[in-house]
Amino acid sequence: MSELLNPEPKVIAFLCKWCSSNAADLAGVSRMKYPANVITIETPCSGRVDPTYIFDALSNGADGVIVAGCHPGECHYITGNYKTLKRMVLVKELAEQMGIEDERIHLEWISSSEAKKFVKTMTEFIEKLKHLPPNPLRNNRVAQEAKH
Amino acid sequence: MSQKKKTREPEEAKRLGVFVCHCGKNIAATVDVENIAKEVTNLHGVVHATDSHYLCSEPGQKALQDDIKYHRLDGIICACCSPTLHEETFRKAASDVGVNKYEVEIANIREKCSWVHSDREEATEKAMKIIETKVEKALLNEALTPISVDVNRNAMVVGAGITGIQAALDLANSGYHVYLIEQSPTIGGHMAQLSSTFPTLDCSQCILSPKMSEIAHHDNVELITNAKLTGVTGFVGNFNAKVTKKPKFVIEELCNLCDDCVTVCPVIVPNDFEGGLGPRKAIYLPFPQAVPSAYVLDIENCLGIHPLVCSKCRDACEQNAINYDMKEEIVELDVGAIVIATGYDLYDISKISEYDFGPEVDVIDGLQFERLLSSAGPTGGEVLRPSDHKKPETVVFVQCVGSRDPEHHMAYCSKICCTYTGKHALLLKDQEPDTEVYIFYIDIRAAGRGYEEFIDRAQEMGVVYIRGKPSKIFRDGDKTIIWAANTLTGERLEVEADLVVLAPAMIPSFDTKVLSGVTKCSLDEYGFFKEAHVKLKPVESLVQGLFVAGAALSPKDIPECVSQGSAAASKAIALLSKPQLYHDPIVALVNEQACSGCKVCQSLCPYGAISFDSVKNISVVKEILCQGCGTCASACPSQALTLKNQTDKQIENMIRIALKTEAK
Ligand SMILES: Cc1cc2nc3c(=O)[nH]c(=O)nc-3n(C[C@H](O)[C@H](O)[C@H](O)COP(=O)(O)OP(=O)(O)OC[C@H]3O[C@@H](n4cnc5c(N)ncnc54)[C@H](O)[C@@H]3O)c2cc1C
Ligand code: SF4
Ligand code: SF4
Ligand code: FES
Repeated sequence: MSELLNPEPKVIAFLCKWCSSNAADLAGVSRMKYPANVITIETPCSGRVDPTYIFDALSNGADGVIVAGCHPGECHYITGNYKTLKRMVLVKELAEQMGIEDERIHLEWISSSEAKKFVKTMTEFIEKLKHLPPNPLRNNRVAQEAKH
Repeated sequence: MSQKKKTREPEEAKRLGVFVCHCGKNIAATVDVENIAKEVTNLHGVVHATDSHYLCSEPGQKALQDDIKYHRLDGIICACCSPTLHEETFRKAASDVGVNKYEVEIANIREKCSWVHSDREEATEKAMKIIETKVEKALLNEALTPISVDVNRNAMVVGAGITGIQAALDLANSGYHVYLIEQSPTIGGHMAQLSSTFPTLDCSQCILSPKMSEIAHHDNVELITNAKLTGVTGFVGNFNAKVTKKPKFVIEELCNLCDDCVTVCPVIVPNDFEGGLGPRKAIYLPFPQAVPSAYVLDIENCLGIHPLVCSKCRDACEQNAINYDMKEEIVELDVGAIVIATGYDLYDISKISEYDFGPEVDVIDGLQFERLLSSAGPTGGEVLRPSDHKKPETVVFVQCVGSRDPEHHMAYCSKICCTYTGKHALLLKDQEPDTEVYIFYIDIRAAGRGYEEFIDRAQEMGVVYIRGKPSKIFRDGDKTIIWAANTLTGERLEVEADLVVLAPAMIPSFDTKVLSGVTKCSLDEYGFFKEAHVKLKPVESLVQGLFVAGAALSPKDIPECVSQGSAAASKAIALLSKPQLYHDPIVALVNEQACSGCKVCQSLCPYGAISFDSVKNISVVKEILCQGCGTCASACPSQALTLKNQTDKQIENMIRIALKTEAK
């Protein structure tokens, strides 16, 4: 394993309330465990996640962002997640241009019964971030805060 | 007082209350609830915070209401369990004392915090963050009023096995018009194939056919057979359902069941209703009690519906009931509620390579055995082996075929096979007491009133139960050999049988995945339809107005299917009984000044809820159609679209606060 560069990474996870948020609840009901480094924000659909939110999170100091929604074909709003899928490609491209590693942004389809997958996704993502340096955009935030 | 609230000025003036629940020890064991309740009072906008042992209890709710009144709160944050459990509870409690229900937020610090973390300090810190994000959201929440819509008072039931029949009858007898959609030419489902039913052993057809005939003659039921639900648009109370009807080539009203067509039809194929153990023609009556009571032409096996090819049946029909020009038809039906009752299928035994299977090797499944037991079946109710029509002297039953085998097949228990195998053995012993009967089982699971006694009876009659699962079943000459190990004695066994009957896993009916795509009703890990809550909402789906019942949800016996059919009907009735229903006001809103008229949003909305006002040159949201997904809001290039109470500003503030590091 590579070096531990960021022992306590911060993660924002956008969870679709129909699937992934229920998977997170089920993980709780099943008393599964995962690191506490993630704060979740529930949205009606993964399609509600505006690309700007992801950059907002990164520039506010998140080391990684997860967007989780229903499996393709299972979006509660029929096609919302297909739009998410397309957007995430663009988001990643843009991130790359800004010097943000591709690995910091993660899209996952997690249905409401996939508590294990939820826990695995969170655990592995956080573990991965520990071996990346803190998010380079963090400094922007520090600069911003200094201005205020 | 509430008057005053409505005219309240900007966010600054908002008075929020935070209620942190211990949930007994469920939250308090890992989260320092009392300390959090103290700390949150420092947050902007929070004028009152307290903790509660059980916020959802009557005294808990009462205290919450008193605090709302005393502190003149405009909005509250309940830090407790998942919103799927108590959001409605607290919304109701708060709105009873004048707080708009859309000003109630849930901070889930149980499922998403105390139950998944063990370090008290970390969990407490995280719970605090979760609450802070919700406070940020609550600061900008608006008081909203639900949008009212008229309810279409017709219902649709998809699948006409015993579950769907029961649901349709309950709806129809309560005065609602029901469209009952069945894919096969007749209603009845699997129950129609059963001989007699455990534990009372009453004849299946005798208890089913009165219900089938009630369906046939009910003024409120419109039966559509040979048909499938192929499209659903709209929303609760106002669905538009597309039903595709396959042609039957026989005009039901004219057919007088004379059987003349069958006599002349030259095609003989295995009869699927008999599990292939008997023959039928290409034009046939599925079974004598079939509803609708009319012949059907099986186009896949017919020589060709062209006068030049055959046309014998049409020429023979004196009623002129046969029409070769029938075409597939699509009808659109408007309904307020839909019940799905599409039942089950049996696991495909060809996937179990260790077992030979098929009538030619005298290895059959439970449903085929039901046909052998049935007096209307291919052998007139006498158990004869399919290969040579001889009476079997040794019969072996195997339970859990494809069930309870997470590595290779289905992980779950099919729940009813122990009992129906006991029934099979009992009925066989009743018929031929000298038959040697062996049952291979893993465990006997016969829970239910009268079920255990039923298994005991089989044992008393001399049925031998052997604990163990056969490792191989194969043909040798005119016998079928079973290799197994008795797991109680450790002894290896080889049994020579004349007939082997397998109890395959019950699996979702083959079209379930397609129907899930059509209705948006989600599936569980095994592909069965999934209920909204396994304990508390057993027949509701996550799609409002869509209900699911019977074996379509999981393996079940008839009594359970009937109760679920009735339960789904009563849920649908509760919905249809009101002339109007209230639509969630969390909908999209266009800022007229900011909209550039680019129409990007229109093509994105899956519900066609966005139209264009060509006079003002802006997009307009039809609130009734909008389901509040927010996809449009996150795509609008002019940031003219927003989702009420889920605005960009709210989400951005939540992100910011979630990432803020405490200056310690
Ligand atoms: C061998 C065996 C013996 C049994 N013995 C007993 C017993 O003794 N006692 C007992 O209580 N239970 C018994 N059962 C269980 C019993 O069969 C079921 O509990 C019951 O039949 C399930 O009813 P259902 O209506 O939910 O499903 P089904 O009977 O499967 O009916 C579903 C209906 O929906 C239709 N359908 C499917 N998909 C679609 C679609 N996409 N569009 C339209 N229609 C569709 C099907 O054609 C079918 O008519 C036995 C089961 C087996 C396998
Ligand atoms: S996407 Fe935005 S700007 Fe374009 S039409 Fe829709 S609301 Fe107006
Ligand atoms: S939020 Fe927008 S895209 Fe979603 S249903 Fe409403 S109008 Fe359509
Ligand atoms: S509703 Fe879950 S991704 Fe759209």
